[in-house]
Amino acid sequence: MEANDLINLAYVVAATLFVFGIKMLGSADTARRGNLVSGLGMLLAVVVTLLADGLDYTWIIGGLIVGSAIGLVAARMVKMTAMPELVALFNGFGGLASLLVAWAEFEKIRGMGWAVYEMEMQSNAKFSGFVIYAAMLIGGVTFTGSLFAYGKLSGKLSGSAIVFGGQKALNILLLIAILAVGVVFTWSSDLELTYKLFLSGVGLALLFGIMGVMPIGGGDMPVVISLLNSLSGVAASAAGFVIYNNVLIVAGCLVGASGLILTVIMCKAMNRSLGNVLFSGFGAASGGGGDDDDREPKALSVEDAFYVLEAASSVVFIPGYGMAVAQAQHVVKELAELLEENGCEANFAIHPVAGRMPGHMNVLLAEADVEYEKLLEMDTVNPMMPTVDVAIVIGANDVVNPAAADDPQSPIYGMPIIEAHKAKTVFVLKRGQGKGFSGLVNKLFVMENTCMIYGDAKATISSLVNELKGS
Amino acid sequence: MDLVLLFFIFVLAAFLGLELISKVPSQLHTPLMSGSNAISGITVVGALLAIRAEEQGTIGMILGVAALVFATVNVVGGYVVTDRMLQMFKKKGK
Repeated sequence: MEANDLINLAYVVAATLFVFGIKMLGSADTARRGNLVSGLGMLLAVVVTLLADGLDYTWIIGGLIVGSAIGLVAARMVKMTAMPELVALFNGFGGLASLLVAWAEFEKIRGMGWAVYEMEMQSNAKFSGFVIYAAMLIGGVTFTGSLFAYGKLSGKLSGSAIVFGGQKALNILLLIAILAVGVVFTWSSDLELTYKLFLSGVGLALLFGIMGVMPIGGGDMPVVISLLNSLSGVAASAAGFVIYNNVLIVAGCLVGASGLILTVIMCKAMNRSLGNVLFSGFGAASGGGGDDDDREPKALSVEDAFYVLEAASSVVFIPGYGMAVAQAQHVVKELAELLEENGCEANFAIHPVAGRMPGHMNVLLAEADVEYEKLLEMDTVNPMMPTVDVAIVIGANDVVNPAAADDPQSPIYGMPIIEAHKAKTVFVLKRGQGKGFSGLVNKLFVMENTCMIYGDAKATISSLVNELKGS
Repeated sequence: MDLVLLFFIFVLAAFLGLELISKVPSQLHTPLMSGSNAISGITVVGALLAIRAEEQGTIGMILGVAALVFATVNVVGGYVVTDRMLQMFKKKGK
């Protein structure tokens, strides 16, 4: 058996491990082992690749060491609260790597000419040109798109949607330019011309990644992050076609597909189509609906809130992005514990798109040591709502807006919500009277059973904790 | 390798990927994302194969090594961070 056959066989095993790994990541009991299984697949793929002829080991070992060190340090040091931006950053690096692999292959072609390359690789010049361009394009868009998302998530850039006149027209022009350059690049065999085209293609792809994420607001980030995740897989798969490598094709494609599923889950949780999320500039313009309501929200002091909580026998916390901003997860957990000691049942209701990435609230609360049996999903918690004494909304807004259920005029009509308004009493912890991400007035805030507790969520909950401790 | 065969593999993998996970509990959304993100770092294999001095020329080598570094950050960081997260979930489960 030749070395090449051995390598390819090992790739099949690696691909199988990836399949099992992803499958196991989908359920709670097996998730951690699943991650290890897929890691084992990766290790196998890398090790057998090193058996290939003609590799330059000095550079390889150097690159592996530098990359591993950076990855390891970043992954170990990062705070759980900074997880969304780190995932976005890693994702961007994956995309960039695919771009670079395609580019390196193109450099090889520049060195030997298409004719020799076609002979040596037994490939078709048109096809190779096409997949090189595709891998570069998808990788480049993933890279700058993820970097921009990283900026938004880490607060280095404004989290809101940036929309300007002619933006759509500009993006369409950009897309046309990308396609036009791609077509000429694929058909032409003039190396000088294609080199220039390739470089322009890189510039256009990087620009398109930024322009694409720009008009998408913070609240829609869970969709964008999952989509970019999916794209990084597709980019790897395209790079696989560039170098005729089956493990890249399979693994990249698996990631592309599973990322797509997550994207669809996120879109469903907002009852919006992917196109609407990507192109509508949602949240930039203040939406209509609900404005005819002139009732004023009732404010409540922390002390009064304490008396209500002390008497409550069941409490549900509904966290949103505001809890992440206020870094309130630890005090929330403390409050929940004190309430339980007081004989009250305390649970958490998690909306799938609460926060800025899929599963954001779960990560935060797990960091604060909240048992995951207490993290209830929307479908579980909604039927319980009418029996809940106090629902405490912490920095969440649109995901508890009853207009989504009963106001067909509302832009978020049809979005599944956590039915906080059905609880006997609702406390809304909010910094000020501002609107949520969608820019909508929240009907929940003016309902009879709702009381607003204004101020920093962390400070408010800390005072509640102190009151409870003192009692 | 035969092009059609590669495309065949691609299509099968796409359908397999779509069937693989159906309903994911929201608790696992982040780990699933970062775990699959680590897998997309499989480009590391492509980067390794690009690091061949006599074929690539200087620019090609630089590109290959850069690709290797970024892909390795993606792979190592992705797996470690996912494991950290899942460990955190696991601890609470007991």
